[in-house]
Amino acid sequence: MSAIASVSPAATEGLAAFDDDVPRPARLLGAAGLAWLGVAAVVLVWPDAQEVARTDLLGTLAAVLGGVLLLSWALGWIVPAVARLGHRAPWLCVLAVALAAWETVTAKLDLLPLPFFASPQAFLEVYTDDYPRLLDCLYHSVVLLAKGYLLGAAVGFASGVALGWSTRIGYWVHPVLRLIGPLPATAWIPLAFFVFPSSASASVFLIALATWFPTTVLTWSGVASVQTAYYDVARTLGAGPRFLVLKVAIPAALPHVFVGLFMGLGSSFAVLVVAEMLGVKSGLGWYLQWSQGWAAYANMYADLFIMALMCSTLITLLFRLRDRMLAWQKGLVQW
Amino acid sequence: MVSAALDLAPEAGTGSVAAGATLQIQGISHGFVLQNEILPVLHDITLRADPGEFVALLGASGCGKSTLLRLCAGLDRPRRGRLQMDGVEITRPHPSRVIMFQDPTLFPWRTVWDNAALGLEARGELRHGRSRVDEVLSLVGLGNFGRAYPHQLSGGMAQRASLARALVNDPRLLLLDEPLGKLDSLTRLTMQGELTRLWQQRGFTVLMVTHDVEEALLMAQRVIVFSERPACIRADLQVGLPFPRRRDDPELLRLRHEALGLLGLEAIW
Repeated sequence: MSAIASVSPAATEGLAAFDDDVPRPARLLGAAGLAWLGVAAVVLVWPDAQEVARTDLLGTLAAVLGGVLLLSWALGWIVPAVARLGHRAPWLCVLAVALAAWETVTAKLDLLPLPFFASPQAFLEVYTDDYPRLLDCLYHSVVLLAKGYLLGAAVGFASGVALGWSTRIGYWVHPVLRLIGPLPATAWIPLAFFVFPSSASASVFLIALATWFPTTVLTWSGVASVQTAYYDVARTLGAGPRFLVLKVAIPAALPHVFVGLFMGLGSSFAVLVVAEMLGVKSGLGWYLQWSQGWAAYANMYADLFIMALMCSTLITLLFRLRDRMLAWQKGLVQW
Repeated sequence: MVSAALDLAPEAGTGSVAAGATLQIQGISHGFVLQNEILPVLHDITLRADPGEFVALLGASGCGKSTLLRLCAGLDRPRRGRLQMDGVEITRPHPSRVIMFQDPTLFPWRTVWDNAALGLEARGELRHGRSRVDEVLSLVGLGNFGRAYPHQLSGGMAQRASLARALVNDPRLLLLDEPLGKLDSLTRLTMQGELTRLWQQRGFTVLMVTHDVEEALLMAQRVIVFSERPACIRADLQVGLPFPRRRDDPELLRLRHEALGLLGLEAIW
C-alpha cells in the first residue's frame, strides 16, 4: 500500500502509543490489587452490624479481583500487553476505596437508614437470587426497544431522504413534521394506550415516534446540505436520479444520519422506561416500579445498573457501526 | 445512455485517439435572476472549437467564463443562443463532455479507485471497465493509490484523481474550470505539462477557463480574451508555438503583453 495512504492511521497510532508506552504498568496496578485485597479483609474480618447475607461472596469476589490484579501486575513485567492494563489502575484504586467506604457506612456501622441505602451485599444478593426475573426483564426491554427503534429509525430515514430530495413530498410532510415532531412522545401516552389494541403495540409506537423525529430531521438536513457540485459531477458522468439518491445523496448525508440515530436512541431510552412503567408486565422499567412498590431498594439499584449497562452497550454498538460505515471520515469522536 | 463515442474506447498507452469533438457556440447570452432583476453574465458569445483543439478562455474572475463552461457541459441551459457538439444540440449533461472543477470534488466516502470508476458505475458499465479504471489511474500517476481515501491525498494528487475520473469516460470534449487554480505553484507547473501531454496523446478537444495569462499561453492553441461582466469576446489570440513551450520564448512574452493589455493591465508590465 502507498506511503501516503498509511500515513494518517500510523500517525494517530503513534500519538496513542505516546500515551501508553510510558511504562507505568506496574506500580499502580499492584497498589490496586492490594487495595482490593484490603476491601476483602474489611468485608470478611469486620463483623456486620446490619443483618445481611452474601458477605462471604462479596469478600471472596473482592479477594479474587485483588489477586487477579496482583497477578497482572507481576505479568506486566514480562508481557507488555498486560502492562497496558495500567491505565485502568487509577480507576480500580478509586473503586476499591469507594466500595470500602460504602460497605463501612452500611453493613459494618449501619449509619445510613434502611431500606433506602442498601449495602453492597444486598446489591449482590439481588443478582444471585433474582437473576431469572432480571434476565427476563432485560430480554423484554431489549426486544421492545429493538422493535420500536428499528421501526422509527427506518421510517425516519426514509422520510428524511424524501424530505431532502423531493420538494413535492416536502410540501406535505414538512408541516406535519413541524407540528408533531417537537411534541414529546410521552405526551401521546394516554391516547396511544387507548387507541392501540395492546399495550405492547402502543409502546412500540411511542418508542418509534421518539426515534423518528430526530432521525428524520437530521437525515433531511444531511441530504439538503449535500454540495450541488457532487450532483453536477455525477450528472455529467451519466448518473440517473436513482444513482443520485442512492450513491450520492445518501452516502454524503450519512454523517448527519448517524447524529440523528444517536439522538433518536437517547430519546427512545426515555420513552422505553416510561412505557414499561405503564403498560407491560416485564421489562427493566417495569421492574423499577415493581421493586419500588415492595420498598426493595436494592433491587431498584441493581435494575438501574443493568439499565445503564444496556443503554451504554447499545450506544457503543451504534458508534461501532458508525465508525465502520464512516471509516472515510477523519476526526471521528471516540466513544 | 451509452453513446457511440464511448464504444470507441481506445487502448490506453498506445497513443490511439478518441477523436475530439467540434464545439459550436452561437450567439449565447445568459444571465442570473438576482432580486427580481436579470444580471447579465454572458453577452452574445460566438465561438467555435475544432476537433482536437485546445482553447483557453481568459478573463478576470467573475466575468462569466465558468458559466459558459457549465452551459457547454449541459448543466444549465442558455437564455439565448445555441450550443452544439458535433452538430447536435446540447440540452443535458453527457459523459462524452466531462467538466473538471477547480475543486477536485471527489466523493470523500469513496476510495480513489471508486471515484475514478464513478462514471462507469453510474452507467452500469463497470463490469467490463475495471481494467480501464486501472489503466487511467496509472496514466495520471495514481496507480498505487487506488485504495486511498480523498482526505489522504495532497491537492495535486486529488486533482489527478479528478482528472482520472474524467478520462475514464473517454471524453471527446474536456471542459476545465480553472483546474489548477488551487494548487501550489510547483505542482501547478508540473500539472500544466502533464495536462498538455495528455491532450496531445488523446486528441480530445479542450476548453479551459483560467485567469492565469501565462498558463493560457503555455497550454492552449488559442486564447480567447473576455471582457468584464457581461462578458463578450474581446480578442481571439492564436498561439502558434510548438510544444513543449518555453516560458521565456519571446513570442510568448509578446502575446502575454498583448493579453494583459486586453485585460486592462498594461501598466503592470
